[in-house]
Amino acid sequence: MSNGVRRGLPLEGVRKFGVTGIFLARLLLACGRALARPRLVIAQIYNAGARSLIIIMLSGLFTGMVLGLLGQDVLQRFGAETALGQMAALALLKELGPVLTALLFAGRAGTALTSEIGLMKATDQLTAMEVMAVDPMSYVAAPRFLGGLIAMPLLVAIFDVIGLLGAHLIGVGLLGVDRGTFWSQMQSAVGMRDVTEGIVKSVVFGAVASLIAVNEGYQCEPTAEGVGLATTRTVVAASVLTLLFDYVLTAVFL
Amino acid sequence: MRATRSLEIGTGLFVILGLAALVFLTTQLPSSGLKLSLGAVPGYDVTAEFDNIGDLKVGAPVRMAGVRIGDVTGIGLDSQSFRADVHLHIYPQFSQIPQDSYASIETEGLLGGQYVGISPGGLDTYLKNGSQILQTQSAIVLENLINKFFANFSSGGSGNSGSGSGNGSNNSSSGGNGKTPNQGQNPPQEPHP
Repeated sequence: MSNGVRRGLPLEGVRKFGVTGIFLARLLLACGRALARPRLVIAQIYNAGARSLIIIMLSGLFTGMVLGLLGQDVLQRFGAETALGQMAALALLKELGPVLTALLFAGRAGTALTSEIGLMKATDQLTAMEVMAVDPMSYVAAPRFLGGLIAMPLLVAIFDVIGLLGAHLIGVGLLGVDRGTFWSQMQSAVGMRDVTEGIVKSVVFGAVASLIAVNEGYQCEPTAEGVGLATTRTVVAASVLTLLFDYVLTAVFL
Repeated sequence: MRATRSLEIGTGLFVILGLAALVFLTTQLPSSGLKLSLGAVPGYDVTAEFDNIGDLKVGAPVRMAGVRIGDVTGIGLDSQSFRADVHLHIYPQFSQIPQDSYASIETEGLLGGQYVGISPGGLDTYLKNGSQILQTQSAIVLENLINKFFANFSSGGSGNSGSGSGNGSNNSSSGGNGKTPNQGQNPPQEPHP
Protein backbone atom coordinates (compact mmCIF):
# COMPACT_ATOMS: atom_id res chain seq x y z
CA MET A 1 0.00 0.00 0.00
CA SER A 2 2.81 2.41 -0.81
CA ASN A 3 1.05 3.68 -3.90
CA GLY A 4 0.50 7.17 -2.52
CA VAL A 5 1.02 9.95 -5.04
CA ARG A 6 4.36 11.70 -4.73
CA ARG A 7 4.92 14.56 -7.12
CA GLY A 8 7.94 16.30 -8.57
CA LEU A 9 10.04 13.23 -9.23
CA PRO A 10 10.59 12.48 -12.92
CA LEU A 11 10.78 8.80 -12.08
CA GLU A 12 7.31 9.05 -10.58
CA GLY A 13 5.80 9.48 -14.06
CA VAL A 14 7.61 6.39 -15.31
CA ARG A 15 6.48 4.47 -12.24
CA LYS A 16 2.90 5.48 -12.96
CA PHE A 17 3.10 3.87 -16.41
CA GLY A 18 4.51 0.74 -14.80
CA VAL A 19 1.76 0.63 -12.19
CA THR A 20 -0.89 1.02 -14.89
CA GLY A 21 0.76 -1.66 -17.04
CA ILE A 22 0.94 -4.17 -14.19
CA PHE A 23 -2.63 -3.30 -13.26
CA LEU A 24 -3.74 -3.95 -16.86
CA ALA A 25 -2.04 -7.34 -16.85
CA ARG A 26 -3.68 -8.31 -13.54
CA LEU A 27 -6.99 -6.98 -14.82
CA LEU A 28 -6.86 -9.07 -17.99
CA LEU A 29 -6.01 -12.16 -15.93
CA ALA A 30 -8.93 -11.42 -13.63
CA CYS A 31 -11.32 -10.92 -16.58
CA GLY A 32 -11.56 -14.67 -17.14
CA ARG A 33 -12.62 -15.22 -13.55
CA ALA A 34 -15.02 -12.28 -13.75
CA LEU A 35 -16.72 -13.79 -16.80
CA ALA A 36 -17.52 -16.83 -14.69
CA ARG A 37 -19.84 -14.52 -12.72
CA PRO A 38 -21.74 -12.85 -15.61
CA ARG A 39 -24.25 -11.33 -13.20
CA LEU A 40 -21.61 -8.90 -11.92
CA VAL A 41 -20.69 -7.89 -15.46
CA ILE A 42 -24.34 -7.41 -16.39
CA ALA A 43 -24.81 -5.08 -13.42
CA GLN A 44 -21.85 -3.01 -14.65
CA ILE A 45 -23.13 -2.93 -18.24
CA TYR A 46 -26.29 -1.51 -16.73
CA ASN A 47 -24.36 1.09 -14.74
CA ALA A 48 -22.02 2.15 -17.54
CA GLY A 49 -24.32 1.63 -20.51
CA ALA A 50 -28.00 1.70 -19.79
CA ARG A 51 -27.74 4.61 -17.38
CA SER A 52 -25.72 6.65 -19.91
CA LEU A 53 -28.38 6.11 -22.56
CA ILE A 54 -30.30 9.36 -22.08
CA ILE A 55 -27.24 11.62 -22.15
CA ILE A 56 -25.82 9.75 -25.18
CA MET A 57 -29.08 9.94 -27.11
CA LEU A 58 -29.59 13.63 -26.36
CA SER A 59 -26.01 14.47 -27.32
CA GLY A 60 -26.27 12.37 -30.47
CA LEU A 61 -29.49 14.04 -31.51
CA PHE A 62 -28.13 17.55 -31.09
CA THR A 63 -24.78 16.68 -32.70
CA GLY A 64 -26.63 15.35 -35.72
CA MET A 65 -28.90 18.39 -35.87
CA VAL A 66 -25.90 20.73 -35.73
CA LEU A 67 -24.24 18.71 -38.49
CA GLY A 68 -27.39 19.16 -40.55
CA LEU A 69 -27.36 22.94 -40.11
CA LEU A 70 -23.61 23.32 -40.56
CA GLY A 71 -23.51 20.96 -43.54
CA GLN A 72 -26.32 22.83 -45.24
CA ASP A 73 -24.59 26.16 -44.62
CA VAL A 74 -21.18 25.07 -45.87
CA LEU A 75 -22.25 22.77 -48.70
CA GLN A 76 -24.70 25.19 -50.31
CA ARG A 77 -21.81 27.58 -50.93
CA PHE A 78 -20.58 24.94 -53.38
CA GLY A 79 -24.06 24.03 -54.56
CA ALA A 80 -23.64 20.57 -53.09
CA GLU A 81 -26.44 20.40 -50.49
CA THR A 82 -27.23 16.90 -51.73
CA ALA A 83 -23.93 15.69 -50.23
CA LEU A 84 -25.33 16.47 -46.76
CA GLY A 85 -26.14 12.84 -45.99
CA GLN A 86 -22.70 11.64 -46.91
CA MET A 87 -20.99 14.39 -44.91
CA ALA A 88 -23.09 13.77 -41.81
CA ALA A 89 -22.69 9.99 -42.00
CA LEU A 90 -18.92 10.04 -42.44
CA ALA A 91 -18.39 12.67 -39.74
CA LEU A 92 -20.57 10.78 -37.27
CA LEU A 93 -19.25 7.30 -38.02
CA LYS A 94 -15.57 8.07 -38.17
CA GLU A 95 -15.00 10.87 -35.67
CA LEU A 96 -17.86 12.48 -33.79
CA GLY A 97 -19.63 9.33 -32.69
CA PRO A 98 -16.67 7.53 -31.08
CA VAL A 99 -14.92 10.65 -29.74
CA LEU A 100 -17.92 12.46 -28.25
CA THR A 101 -19.29 9.25 -26.79
CA ALA A 102 -15.91 8.49 -25.22
CA LEU A 103 -15.68 11.98 -23.70
CA LEU A 104 -19.21 11.72 -22.33
CA PHE A 105 -18.51 8.20 -21.14
CA ALA A 106 -15.39 9.36 -19.26
CA GLY A 107 -17.40 12.10 -17.59
CA ARG A 108 -20.55 10.11 -16.88
CA ALA A 109 -19.42 6.53 -16.21
CA GLY A 110 -15.66 6.93 -15.66
CA THR A 111 -16.01 9.30 -12.73
CA ALA A 112 -18.63 7.05 -11.15
CA LEU A 113 -16.27 4.06 -11.42
CA THR A 114 -13.29 5.90 -9.97
CA SER A 115 -15.13 7.42 -7.03
CA GLU A 116 -16.94 4.16 -6.28
CA ILE A 117 -13.75 2.08 -6.19
CA GLY A 118 -11.86 4.88 -4.44
CA LEU A 119 -14.48 5.07 -1.73
CA MET A 120 -14.41 1.29 -1.37
CA LYS A 121 -10.70 1.58 -0.84
CA ALA A 122 -11.00 4.52 1.59
CA THR A 123 -13.51 2.59 3.68
CA ASP A 124 -11.28 -0.54 3.63
CA GLN A 125 -13.84 -2.62 1.74
CA LEU A 126 -11.17 -3.86 -0.67
CA THR A 127 -8.96 -4.93 2.23
CA ALA A 128 -11.94 -6.64 3.84
CA MET A 129 -12.51 -8.64 0.64
CA GLU A 130 -8.90 -9.75 0.64
CA VAL A 131 -9.26 -10.83 4.26
CA MET A 132 -12.28 -12.91 3.25
CA ALA A 133 -10.18 -14.45 0.44
CA VAL A 134 -12.31 -12.70 -2.20
CA ASP A 135 -10.07 -11.27 -4.91
CA PRO A 136 -11.14 -7.61 -5.37
CA MET A 137 -9.51 -7.62 -8.81
CA SER A 138 -11.91 -10.20 -10.20
CA TYR A 139 -14.85 -9.18 -8.02
CA VAL A 140 -14.67 -5.36 -8.25
CA ALA A 141 -12.24 -4.17 -10.92
CA ALA A 142 -12.64 -6.67 -13.77
CA PRO A 143 -16.48 -6.59 -14.00
CA ARG A 144 -16.37 -2.79 -14.17
CA PHE A 145 -13.71 -2.85 -16.86
CA LEU A 146 -15.63 -5.44 -18.89
CA GLY A 147 -18.87 -3.54 -18.42
CA GLY A 148 -17.32 -0.39 -19.88
CA LEU A 149 -15.66 -2.33 -22.69
CA ILE A 150 -18.94 -3.94 -23.75
CA ALA A 151 -21.09 -0.85 -23.24
CA MET A 152 -18.95 1.57 -25.30
CA PRO A 153 -19.45 0.13 -28.83
CA LEU A 154 -23.17 -0.15 -28.18
CA LEU A 155 -23.33 3.44 -26.94
CA VAL A 156 -21.38 4.64 -30.00
CA ALA A 157 -23.71 2.78 -32.35
CA ILE A 158 -26.73 4.34 -30.66
CA PHE A 159 -25.07 7.77 -30.80
CA ASP A 160 -24.42 7.35 -34.54
CA VAL A 161 -27.94 6.25 -35.38
CA ILE A 162 -29.58 8.99 -33.32
CA GLY A 163 -27.13 11.49 -34.84
CA LEU A 164 -28.12 10.43 -38.36
CA LEU A 165 -31.74 10.82 -37.33
CA GLY A 166 -30.95 14.37 -36.15
CA ALA A 167 -29.16 15.23 -39.40
CA HIS A 168 -32.08 13.75 -41.34
CA LEU A 169 -34.53 15.75 -39.23
CA ILE A 170 -32.81 19.05 -39.99
CA GLY A 171 -31.55 18.34 -43.53
CA VAL A 172 -34.66 16.68 -44.93
CA GLY A 173 -37.36 17.91 -42.59
CA LEU A 174 -36.36 21.53 -42.16
CA LEU A 175 -34.00 22.50 -44.97
CA GLY A 176 -35.58 20.52 -47.78
CA VAL A 177 -32.80 18.22 -48.98
CA ASP A 178 -34.42 15.38 -50.90
CA ARG A 179 -34.91 12.26 -48.75
CA GLY A 180 -33.94 9.78 -51.47
CA THR A 181 -30.86 11.79 -52.40
CA PHE A 182 -29.84 12.11 -48.74
CA TRP A 183 -29.87 8.34 -48.24
CA SER A 184 -28.58 7.24 -51.64
CA GLN A 185 -25.65 9.67 -51.49
CA MET A 186 -24.91 8.48 -47.96
CA GLN A 187 -25.03 4.81 -48.90
CA SER A 188 -22.84 5.24 -51.94
CA ALA A 189 -20.23 7.20 -49.98
CA VAL A 190 -20.01 5.06 -46.83
CA GLY A 191 -18.00 1.87 -47.09
CA MET A 192 -17.76 -1.07 -44.73
CA ARG A 193 -14.32 0.26 -43.85
CA ASP A 194 -15.77 3.46 -42.40
CA VAL A 195 -18.15 1.48 -40.19
CA THR A 196 -15.30 -0.78 -39.07
CA GLU A 197 -13.17 2.23 -38.23
CA GLY A 198 -15.91 3.57 -35.97
CA ILE A 199 -16.37 0.23 -34.20
CA VAL A 200 -12.62 -0.30 -33.67
CA LYS A 201 -12.32 3.23 -32.29
CA SER A 202 -15.21 2.72 -29.91
CA VAL A 203 -13.72 -0.53 -28.56
CA VAL A 204 -10.29 1.09 -28.05
CA PHE A 205 -11.77 4.20 -26.42
CA GLY A 206 -13.95 2.03 -24.18
CA ALA A 207 -10.92 0.02 -23.08
CA VAL A 208 -8.84 3.17 -22.44
CA ALA A 209 -11.53 5.03 -20.50
CA SER A 210 -12.51 1.99 -18.42
CA LEU A 211 -8.91 1.06 -17.67
CA ILE A 212 -8.05 4.58 -16.52
CA ALA A 213 -11.19 4.89 -14.42
CA VAL A 214 -10.72 1.56 -12.66
CA ASN A 215 -6.96 2.06 -12.26
CA GLU A 216 -7.29 5.55 -10.79
CA GLY A 217 -9.86 4.33 -8.32
CA TYR A 218 -7.74 1.37 -7.37
CA GLN A 219 -4.51 3.37 -6.95
CA CYS A 220 -5.99 6.46 -5.32
CA GLU A 221 -4.98 7.77 -1.95
CA PRO A 222 -7.62 6.40 0.44
CA THR A 223 -8.78 9.77 1.71
CA ALA A 224 -11.68 12.02 0.79
CA GLU A 225 -9.28 14.37 -0.99
CA GLY A 226 -7.49 11.49 -2.74
CA VAL A 227 -10.74 10.14 -4.18
CA GLY A 228 -11.63 13.61 -5.48
CA LEU A 229 -8.22 14.05 -7.10
CA ALA A 230 -8.39 10.59 -8.66
CA THR A 231 -11.81 11.35 -10.13
CA THR A 232 -10.48 14.54 -11.70
CA ARG A 233 -7.46 12.69 -13.08
CA THR A 234 -9.78 10.10 -14.64
CA VAL A 235 -11.66 12.70 -16.66
CA VAL A 236 -8.51 14.54 -17.74
CA ALA A 237 -6.46 11.47 -18.63
CA ALA A 238 -9.31 9.63 -20.34
CA SER A 239 -10.25 12.69 -22.43
CA VAL A 240 -6.69 13.47 -23.52
CA LEU A 241 -5.89 9.83 -24.26
CA THR A 242 -9.12 9.47 -26.24
CA LEU A 243 -8.09 12.32 -28.53
CA LEU A 244 -4.55 11.00 -28.79
CA PHE A 245 -5.70 7.48 -29.71
CA ASP A 246 -8.20 9.04 -32.10
CA TYR A 247 -5.37 10.65 -34.02
CA VAL A 248 -3.38 7.42 -34.08
CA LEU A 249 -6.34 5.31 -35.21
CA THR A 250 -7.41 7.83 -37.86
CA ALA A 251 -3.86 7.77 -39.24
CA VAL A 252 -3.85 3.95 -39.20
CA PHE A 253 -7.17 3.71 -41.06
CA LEU A 254 -6.29 6.38 -43.63
CA MET B 1 -35.41 -9.46 -6.13
CA ARG B 2 -37.44 -6.78 -7.88
CA ALA B 3 -34.32 -4.57 -8.10
CA THR B 4 -32.30 -7.25 -9.94
CA ARG B 5 -35.23 -7.89 -12.27
CA SER B 6 -35.52 -4.26 -13.36
CA LEU B 7 -31.74 -4.07 -13.65
CA GLU B 8 -31.74 -7.07 -15.98
CA ILE B 9 -34.57 -5.65 -18.05
CA GLY B 10 -32.76 -2.31 -18.30
CA THR B 11 -29.52 -3.98 -19.37
CA GLY B 12 -31.35 -6.16 -21.87
CA LEU B 13 -33.08 -3.14 -23.34
CA PHE B 14 -29.79 -1.30 -23.65
CA VAL B 15 -28.01 -4.25 -25.27
CA ILE B 16 -30.86 -4.86 -27.73
CA LEU B 17 -30.96 -1.17 -28.63
CA GLY B 18 -27.18 -1.07 -29.10
CA LEU B 19 -27.11 -4.23 -31.21
CA ALA B 20 -29.99 -2.94 -33.33
CA ALA B 21 -28.03 0.27 -33.93
CA LEU B 22 -24.92 -1.74 -34.85
CA VAL B 23 -26.89 -3.91 -37.28
CA PHE B 24 -28.38 -0.78 -38.83
CA LEU B 25 -24.96 0.82 -39.25
CA THR B 26 -23.35 -2.26 -40.77
CA THR B 27 -26.14 -3.26 -43.13
CA GLN B 28 -28.02 -0.11 -44.10
CA LEU B 29 -25.24 2.44 -44.48
CA PRO B 30 -22.46 0.86 -46.55
CA SER B 31 -23.06 0.41 -50.24
CA SER B 32 -22.13 -3.26 -49.89
CA GLY B 33 -24.70 -4.06 -47.20
CA LEU B 34 -28.07 -5.75 -47.46
CA LYS B 35 -30.80 -3.22 -47.93
CA LEU B 36 -34.27 -3.47 -46.52
CA SER B 37 -36.91 -2.49 -49.01
CA LEU B 38 -39.70 -0.49 -47.45
CA GLY B 39 -42.48 -2.72 -48.76
CA ALA B 40 -44.62 -1.83 -51.74
CA VAL B 41 -45.26 1.90 -52.03
CA PRO B 42 -48.42 2.61 -54.05
CA GLY B 43 -47.91 3.87 -57.56
CA TYR B 44 -46.77 2.39 -60.85
CA ASP B 45 -43.45 1.44 -62.42
CA VAL B 46 -42.07 2.48 -65.78
CA THR B 47 -38.69 1.90 -67.39
CA ALA B 48 -36.40 4.03 -69.49
CA GLU B 49 -33.20 3.17 -71.34
CA PHE B 50 -30.30 5.59 -71.37
CA ASP B 51 -27.00 5.54 -73.25
CA ASN B 52 -25.18 6.78 -70.17
CA ILE B 53 -26.60 7.38 -66.71
CA GLY B 54 -23.49 9.05 -65.32
CA ASP B 55 -23.62 9.07 -61.53
CA LEU B 56 -27.33 8.24 -61.09
CA LYS B 57 -28.07 6.11 -58.02
CA VAL B 58 -30.97 4.02 -56.76
CA GLY B 59 -33.16 6.21 -54.55
CA ALA B 60 -32.61 9.34 -56.63
CA PRO B 61 -35.73 11.40 -57.27
CA VAL B 62 -37.76 11.57 -60.47
CA ARG B 63 -38.89 15.12 -61.14
CA MET B 64 -41.23 16.83 -63.53
CA ALA B 65 -40.95 20.62 -63.71
CA GLY B 66 -38.88 20.40 -60.52
CA VAL B 67 -41.63 18.63 -58.56
CA ARG B 68 -40.82 15.18 -57.21
CA ILE B 69 -43.08 12.59 -58.81
CA GLY B 70 -41.23 9.35 -58.01
CA ASP B 71 -37.99 7.50 -57.28
CA VAL B 72 -35.39 5.51 -59.17
CA THR B 73 -35.95 1.96 -57.90
CA GLY B 74 -33.48 -0.01 -59.98
CA ILE B 75 -30.58 0.34 -62.38
CA GLY B 76 -29.45 -2.46 -64.67
CA LEU B 77 -27.68 -3.05 -67.96
CA ASP B 78 -29.62 -4.31 -70.96
CA SER B 79 -27.58 -7.25 -72.22
CA GLN B 80 -28.66 -6.81 -75.86
CA SER B 81 -28.35 -3.10 -76.45
CA PHE B 82 -25.73 -2.41 -73.74
CA ARG B 83 -27.73 0.55 -72.55
CA ALA B 84 -28.60 1.35 -68.96
CA ASP B 85 -32.03 0.09 -67.95
CA VAL B 86 -33.48 2.42 -65.31
CA HIS B 87 -36.63 1.50 -63.36
CA LEU B 88 -38.72 4.40 -62.17
CA HIS B 89 -41.47 4.29 -59.57
CA ILE B 90 -44.05 7.04 -60.09
CA TYR B 91 -46.36 8.06 -57.23
CA PRO B 92 -50.05 7.24 -57.79
CA GLN B 93 -51.29 10.85 -57.85
CA PHE B 94 -49.27 11.51 -61.03
CA SER B 95 -51.18 9.07 -63.20
CA GLN B 96 -51.64 11.25 -66.28
CA ILE B 97 -48.17 11.56 -67.75
CA PRO B 98 -48.28 11.47 -71.59
CA GLN B 99 -46.81 8.35 -73.12
CA ASP B 100 -44.40 10.25 -75.38
CA SER B 101 -42.80 12.09 -72.45
CA TYR B 102 -39.10 12.68 -72.53
CA ALA B 103 -36.72 11.47 -69.80
CA SER B 104 -33.32 13.04 -69.18
CA ILE B 105 -30.69 12.77 -66.49
CA GLU B 106 -30.00 16.08 -64.83
CA THR B 107 -27.79 17.35 -62.02
CA GLU B 108 -28.80 19.27 -58.92
CA GLY B 109 -26.40 22.16 -58.57
CA LEU B 110 -22.82 21.97 -59.75
CA LEU B 111 -21.66 19.10 -57.55
CA GLY B 112 -25.01 17.73 -56.51
CA GLY B 113 -26.53 14.33 -57.04
CA GLN B 114 -28.24 13.38 -60.27
CA TYR B 115 -31.93 12.80 -60.88
CA VAL B 116 -34.26 11.83 -63.69
CA GLY B 117 -36.17 14.75 -65.17
CA ILE B 118 -39.36 14.08 -67.17
CA SER B 119 -40.60 16.58 -69.74
CA PRO B 120 -44.20 16.01 -70.77
CA GLY B 121 -45.13 15.02 -74.29
CA GLY B 122 -48.37 15.76 -76.11
CA LEU B 123 -50.18 12.44 -76.49
CA ASP B 124 -53.55 11.71 -74.89
CA THR B 125 -52.48 8.21 -73.83
CA TYR B 126 -50.71 8.00 -70.52
CA LEU B 127 -47.83 6.02 -69.05
CA LYS B 128 -49.01 3.00 -67.10
CA ASN B 129 -47.45 0.20 -65.08
CA GLY B 130 -44.76 -1.53 -67.14
CA SER B 131 -44.59 0.95 -70.01
CA GLN B 132 -41.30 2.30 -71.29
CA ILE B 133 -40.22 5.88 -71.89
CA LEU B 134 -38.74 5.77 -75.37
CA GLN B 135 -37.22 9.22 -75.74
CA THR B 136 -34.31 9.69 -73.38
CA GLN B 137 -31.28 11.88 -73.05
CA SER B 138 -28.12 10.68 -71.32
CA ALA B 139 -26.35 12.27 -68.43
CA ILE B 140 -24.07 15.11 -69.42
CA VAL B 141 -20.58 14.02 -68.48
CA LEU B 142 -18.67 17.19 -67.74
CA GLU B 143 -15.28 15.87 -68.87
CA ASN B 144 -16.65 14.86 -72.29
CA LEU B 145 -18.26 18.27 -72.61
CA ILE B 146 -15.00 20.04 -71.85
CA ASN B 147 -13.13 17.84 -74.32
CA LYS B 148 -15.70 18.57 -77.03
CA PHE B 149 -15.59 22.27 -76.27
CA PHE B 150 -11.82 22.42 -76.57
CA ALA B 151 -11.86 20.35 -79.75
CA ASN B 152 -14.43 22.69 -81.32
CA PHE B 153 -12.72 25.78 -79.98
CA SER B 154 -9.31 24.93 -81.38
CA SER B 155 -10.53 23.78 -84.79
CA GLY B 156 -12.85 26.80 -85.01
CA GLY B 157 -10.03 29.15 -84.06
CA SER B 158 -7.70 27.85 -86.78
CA GLY B 159 -10.48 28.12 -89.37
CA ASN B 160 -10.86 31.85 -88.66
CA SER B 161 -7.16 32.61 -88.94
CA GLY B 162 -7.16 31.07 -92.40
CA SER B 163 -4.28 28.67 -91.84
CA GLY B 164 -4.16 25.16 -93.33
CA SER B 165 -6.55 22.41 -92.35
CA GLY B 166 -3.61 20.28 -91.18
CA ASN B 167 -3.19 22.60 -88.24
CA GLY B 168 -6.83 22.16 -87.27
CA SER B 169 -6.56 18.39 -87.18
CA ASN B 170 -3.41 18.63 -85.07
CA ASN B 171 -5.23 20.72 -82.53
CA SER B 172 -8.26 18.53 -82.28
CA SER B 173 -6.19 15.38 -81.85
CA SER B 174 -4.22 16.82 -78.98
CA GLY B 175 -7.06 18.94 -77.60
CA GLY B 176 -7.78 16.38 -74.90
CA ASN B 177 -4.48 17.18 -73.21
CA GLY B 178 -5.75 20.60 -72.25
CA LYS B 179 -2.83 22.40 -73.90
CA THR B 180 -4.95 24.64 -76.06
CA PRO B 181 -3.62 27.90 -74.59
CA ASN B 182 -0.19 27.06 -76.05
CA GLN B 183 -1.64 26.08 -79.38
CA GLY B 184 -3.67 29.24 -79.52
CA GLN B 185 -0.42 31.16 -79.85
CA ASN B 186 0.78 29.08 -82.77
CA PRO B 187 -1.53 30.24 -85.60
CA PRO B 188 -0.34 33.88 -85.60
CA GLN B 189 3.23 32.69 -86.19
CA GLU B 190 2.34 30.60 -89.20
CA PRO B 191 1.33 33.28 -91.76
CA HIS B 192 4.95 34.64 -91.67
CA PRO B 193 6.58 31.88 -93.74
